[in-house]
Amino acid sequence: MSDSPATKEVVSESPKVSKVTEAVIRIAGNSQDGIQSIGGFLAQLAGRSEQEVMTFMTIPATISGGPSIFQVRIGSGEVLTSGDDADVLMPFYQHSYENHIGFLKEGGIVLYDSSHVEPDPELLQKYRHIGCPIAERTVEAIGGTAKDKGKNIFALGLVARMFDLDAAKLEGLIAERFKGKASSITTTALTAFHAGYGYPLTTLEEIYAFEEPKARDADQVVCNGNDALGYGILAAGVRFGAGYPITPWSDIMELLRRELPKYDGIFVQCEDEIAAVSMAIGSSWGGRVAVTGSSGPGISLKGEAIGWAVMAEIPLIVIDVQRGGPSTGMPTNVEQSDLNIACFGGHGDSPRVVIAPASVEDCFYTAIEAVNIARKYSTPVIILTDQAIATRIEAFAMPKLKELCQDISPDLTPRDVHKPYDLSAPDGITQHAPPGTHIRSGKYPVVTGLEHDEMGHPSGSPKMHMDMTAKRRSKLQALGRDLELPEVFGPEEGNVLLIGWGSTQGSLREATEQARKAGDSISCLTMRHIHPMPEGLENILDGFNHVFVVENNDEGLYGYGQLCGLMRAKFANPKIVGINKTDGLTWRVKDVLAHVQSKLGELKS
Amino acid sequence: MSATAEITREPLKKKDLAADHPTWCPGCGDFSVLALYFKLIQNRGIHHEKIATVAGIGCSSRFPYFVQGHGVHFIHGRALPFATGIAMSRQDLDLFVFGGDGDAFSIGGNHFTHCARKNVNLTYVVMDNSVYGLTKKQTSPTSPIGFKSKTDMWGAVDQPINPLKQAIAGGATFVARTTHTNPKHLLAMMEAAMDHNGFGFIECLSECTEFYNGAFDASNPRKGGEFLEVPEDHDPTNETEAYDLAGQPFPGHFGIVYQVDRPSKQDREKTINAKFMEKTKDLEAHQILQQNFDKMK
Repeated sequence: MSDSPATKEVVSESPKVSKVTEAVIRIAGNSQDGIQSIGGFLAQLAGRSEQEVMTFMTIPATISGGPSIFQVRIGSGEVLTSGDDADVLMPFYQHSYENHIGFLKEGGIVLYDSSHVEPDPELLQKYRHIGCPIAERTVEAIGGTAKDKGKNIFALGLVARMFDLDAAKLEGLIAERFKGKASSITTTALTAFHAGYGYPLTTLEEIYAFEEPKARDADQVVCNGNDALGYGILAAGVRFGAGYPITPWSDIMELLRRELPKYDGIFVQCEDEIAAVSMAIGSSWGGRVAVTGSSGPGISLKGEAIGWAVMAEIPLIVIDVQRGGPSTGMPTNVEQSDLNIACFGGHGDSPRVVIAPASVEDCFYTAIEAVNIARKYSTPVIILTDQAIATRIEAFAMPKLKELCQDISPDLTPRDVHKPYDLSAPDGITQHAPPGTHIRSGKYPVVTGLEHDEMGHPSGSPKMHMDMTAKRRSKLQALGRDLELPEVFGPEEGNVLLIGWGSTQGSLREATEQARKAGDSISCLTMRHIHPMPEGLENILDGFNHVFVVENNDEGLYGYGQLCGLMRAKFANPKIVGINKTDGLTWRVKDVLAHVQSKLGELKS
Repeated sequence: MSATAEITREPLKKKDLAADHPTWCPGCGDFSVLALYFKLIQNRGIHHEKIATVAGIGCSSRFPYFVQGHGVHFIHGRALPFATGIAMSRQDLDLFVFGGDGDAFSIGGNHFTHCARKNVNLTYVVMDNSVYGLTKKQTSPTSPIGFKSKTDMWGAVDQPINPLKQAIAGGATFVARTTHTNPKHLLAMMEAAMDHNGFGFIECLSECTEFYNGAFDASNPRKGGEFLEVPEDHDPTNETEAYDLAGQPFPGHFGIVYQVDRPSKQDREKTINAKFMEKTKDLEAHQILQQNFDKMK
């Protein structure tokens, strides 16, 4: 905002109003301060005002306490990331001020809680400091015994004033949020909001108003990736799920537990991860394709049963919301280090499908695609999302639910004969007959993890093992031929192609835009279909001198990140190299650009 | 389904039910469980497509291959959660789970407790031979202290699990004990478990003639032992009495040790769903979902 060329003065009265196209606001406090809800309100307001929005948050892996931030970027134009640096920093405590001032743009505004923060005299010139005793004034406004609870809503009022936000709409959102609770709660929240909105920010020389965004055809919805994925599972027609609580997957299981009864579906909380995946496979075998999911260590525990579903050729949806690993690792940080276990985390040759959604919106559509692939190819499909997508909020066009929602009730039509593992099926694609299906020949199949013949009966024949292994592989190769190639963002030929997957899409696109503006020849693409990859990808790679695979994981023993290693194995092309980091945070645009430059330098020397 | 054509079908005969020839050793107790499963299906007039036979891993878990009907041979120890998935999604099937003592009480021990506590409506028959047979004689969780095996060459040292006590403590609502040497009793227990609404658990002594020959002779009158049924004055709804009965030294008593009435997992979920469905029954799925999306506008 402060360095935005689009900033222009339109009103000369005091305080003057400047029009901005976008703003990045970072709120820093502790986890119990409710700063996530300030961000949530801002994001929802942006969505309703037809603006684009993206958020970023960190939460400590503790129940209460510990530093937490919420960053929201609101724009009238396209918003690809939550922003490298903030225009406005709102620190609630001294530690928030000290730890986050470095993320503020030069000339940016620090709107600090003067009840707790003592600004650094050396920084007074570099940033505009505006103090407000947020905690004290909240207590004054609300009174009673709530102490400074509600200061988040007070702070929201301050931000609303500063950005000339639609106060009436925000009041509406606050009322909606507390709907169903005691009316005193809503009244208290609105009181705090008004106190903040009306607070005389005497040192505030100007307020900012967003440019009118371009009108959109459809309503926008605002939610995080976990919600989008959960609702996508419902739209896909899934009516059974099983899981075990683990961060950050738990949100999805809570959503499904809450929503499934409306569709006469069930979600079961299990005794452990193994029971959860087993139960989901049981339901799938019963003809109702089911979902399970987990994060981190939970994915390791599910491995054996997923391998069974590969062998027995039973459809299954497994959601992996990746977090920092290995082991308990960094439960509330982002990492893209489960790609290998998703693709190869089974003993034996056990090919399965892995798809990584690239945005919050994509989480919704990926869920439907995954269910349809699982059913058609009778295979487990792993949806590989990550903590960053799971928790960030984006605005996107209202999905056409009437067209998208599907009924996948089991087909129990009687049949004369049934071979569950028919080797003569085109491309090896077969589907099992769920129980309840009458087979007139009286010859019923067994579904099994033992190597088997075409009827599912155990077979130790070397030829049968070769044929069945090939069957399980070739059906996924057929899928690879059917998949659409990823779209290249930027020209299809040039010097550098950046390849990313999952939550890095926005950072890579914004980096590409910036680099191209600076005259560099860079394009990027996002790999959604990780395993199998779409056939024909090599034609895209041929258009570039360098291919850099940017990932949130380690370069590994041999110098390549997990997707990078897979692509090198597939294409055997030395121009594919990796750009990796393991700090547990999303890629900032400037970090991507810096790594690209240094990688190009390394390759030259 | 074209139900009218299916209704008039002949009841199944034994030959319609037999699939692969069992791979069990001659004299194995599991043969009689299989034979009585066929009998049960015939007695109840169940048709092929409604049979769902599920098992984990072990000698006894080969069961589904020997039955004509929909069958599953799942991974070691996880037959119960797999079956729970079927039970919750497809309440129209006759669901039977078979397994051994290793599958049930060792690798699957956690699931046994939780399936009991959830009171999932299914029948679970554990063929207890007190030895790992498929892997050729290692100690099992029900092997008695002193039992010599390839992993306890000086005799087993760990306290064996008492399956009945475990089931009662876990919250099972139907706990019975039977033996392969008394077919009439075994069939009666299977029928009672099937008729029970909830988790019907049967511990069936099933001798491994190969690796633990004579293990249960003391309960077999033909081998000079004594087969004692649960006393007539036993109150199966009394948990303390049931626990005492379960703790008797071998050969103990056979029959329904414990049985109480508690809503099954399916019943409880149905109650929840009915409340929600009352509001959504006239809506299409996309209309229900639209309500959520409208809140996110």
